Amino acid sequence: MPAAAIQDTVSAIYEAESRRVLATLIRLLGDFDAAEEALHEAFRAALEQWPRDGVPANPRPWLVSAGRFKAIDAKRRRSRFDALEDAPGGGDVAVVDEHAWADPESVEDDRLRLIFTCCHPALAPDAQVALTLREVCGLRTDEIAHAFLTPATTLAQRIVRAKGKIRDAKIPYQVPGAAELPQRLDAVLRVIYLVFNEGYSASGGDSVVRCDLSSEAVRLGRLVVDLLPEPEAQGLLALMLLHDSRRDARASADGELIVLEDQDRSRWNRASIDEGTALVRRALSSARFGPYTIQAAIAAVHADAPAPEATDWNEIVGLYGVLLSMSPSPIVELNRAVAIAMRDGPEPGLRLVDAILERGDLTEYGLAHAARADLCRRLGRNAEARVSYERALKFTRQAPERRFLTRRLADVERMLEEGRA
Amino acid sequence: MKYLCLVYLERSKWNAVGDRECANCGESLRESGKLLAAEPLFPVETATTVRVRHGRTVVTDGPFAETKEQLAGFYLIDAVDLNEAIQIASRIPPAREGSIEVRPVRELDTNEKVPA
Repeated sequence: MPAAAIQDTVSAIYEAESRRVLATLIRLLGDFDAAEEALHEAFRAALEQWPRDGVPANPRPWLVSAGRFKAIDAKRRRSRFDALEDAPGGGDVAVVDEHAWADPESVEDDRLRLIFTCCHPALAPDAQVALTLREVCGLRTDEIAHAFLTPATTLAQRIVRAKGKIRDAKIPYQVPGAAELPQRLDAVLRVIYLVFNEGYSASGGDSVVRCDLSSEAVRLGRLVVDLLPEPEAQGLLALMLLHDSRRDARASADGELIVLEDQDRSRWNRASIDEGTALVRRALSSARFGPYTIQAAIAAVHADAPAPEATDWNEIVGLYGVLLSMSPSPIVELNRAVAIAMRDGPEPGLRLVDAILERGDLTEYGLAHAARADLCRRLGRNAEARVSYERALKFTRQAPERRFLTRRLADVERMLEEGRA
Repeated sequence: MKYLCLVYLERSKWNAVGDRECANCGESLRESGKLLAAEPLFPVETATTVRVRHGRTVVTDGPFAETKEQLAGFYLIDAVDLNEAIQIASRIPPAREGSIEVRPVRELDTNEKVPA
């Protein structure tokens, strides 16, 4: 095979296998940094040896074996003292047993071990996210830093500190046992959902969707569902797919936000909706589902409506009730109030929103004021709508959302002018 | 791997967990071979701080940090890894009243290079 073709082959294998190889190397070497270096060395060896010896039939165990060999070799050389000259390096990797690490089950276990270790609750939440994207997804540190609008040095430090803690405090490289699993899986799902949300509605910045992070989160969600088909993992994947199905319809060509009721539903991604809906059904039938599944079920009801008027608001109000009983939160209450407004009219909805705001729970939450403003506008109470739009703007950072609110504010101001005229 | 589990309690909860229960916890940990040492402490008002500066020993009353929780005792345990250490720490009775800080114990590096 010509050298260029080999390079392409190696690149493709890197793309497909490097994360699996890394996960296994971490187990074998017991150290993240050593494993990353070994991964690098293994691919370097492949580029040297494969053009001459041919690409092995099963490259993954070859790479694991090569990485392990190089790591042991490097360690041996390091342990000889400075007095000795470095032994002549290089030498071909002899892959003694190609099948030693080929057992697909243990390889998949390694991937799961890696996920649970990166999302260990003893690590800071920021570090869990950074480490997962770095080690499980293989994103570069600067890519992660860019996506989270964080300086690269801060992010690199976060990762270094997390790896240091894994090593020094001896966070084990294992999948938790049955007793701990539900709680630990929650932590993993939280990290994935955080990555998705950062991509889907970036907390700051100029565009509505940072699609790289949401695709990465969907990929992670799929991986977890494949490795560990728990209902809530399916529920989360469904939720992400159903939200992601609206990606193209959510923003106009010039990056303006389009709210659900104004979206062109023919631009929703049918394949994502079908896959998400099937996953919701499966999760619901387990009777062991949780809040992600319910949120996915709500998204599925929206996805099922060919037009906004056809939305089954009664079903949605009921699902928000279930969600509220599972995990009470003022934000869920707010969403339920908005659904009730859609089912029964703006007035009863507004009463509920006002009650939530009067409790003081969401006074600094932009969407609560935006919801109130919208209900007032529908009731023709434009002066009140104006005050609420102004408050919503005060607590909203995302540029497209701000532009949307500013447009609505201008609308009610115009109507107020016309009323006076 | 050794871990030091530091027990922190607010002053108002100092006696919230009875000594009998703590003794039982220590006993069962000792039986499982996981416990190396455990002791309760007098409150921080009894503390004395010692520093050596310019060859002189300086002794002061305290410290009286502003933090609400103070060190109330410790368990030195032997666990396979952090997961086991967390499990053991969660069984230390004051965990439900205050908090337990779990710190890995390091080895002294006696081969370290002396800075020139």
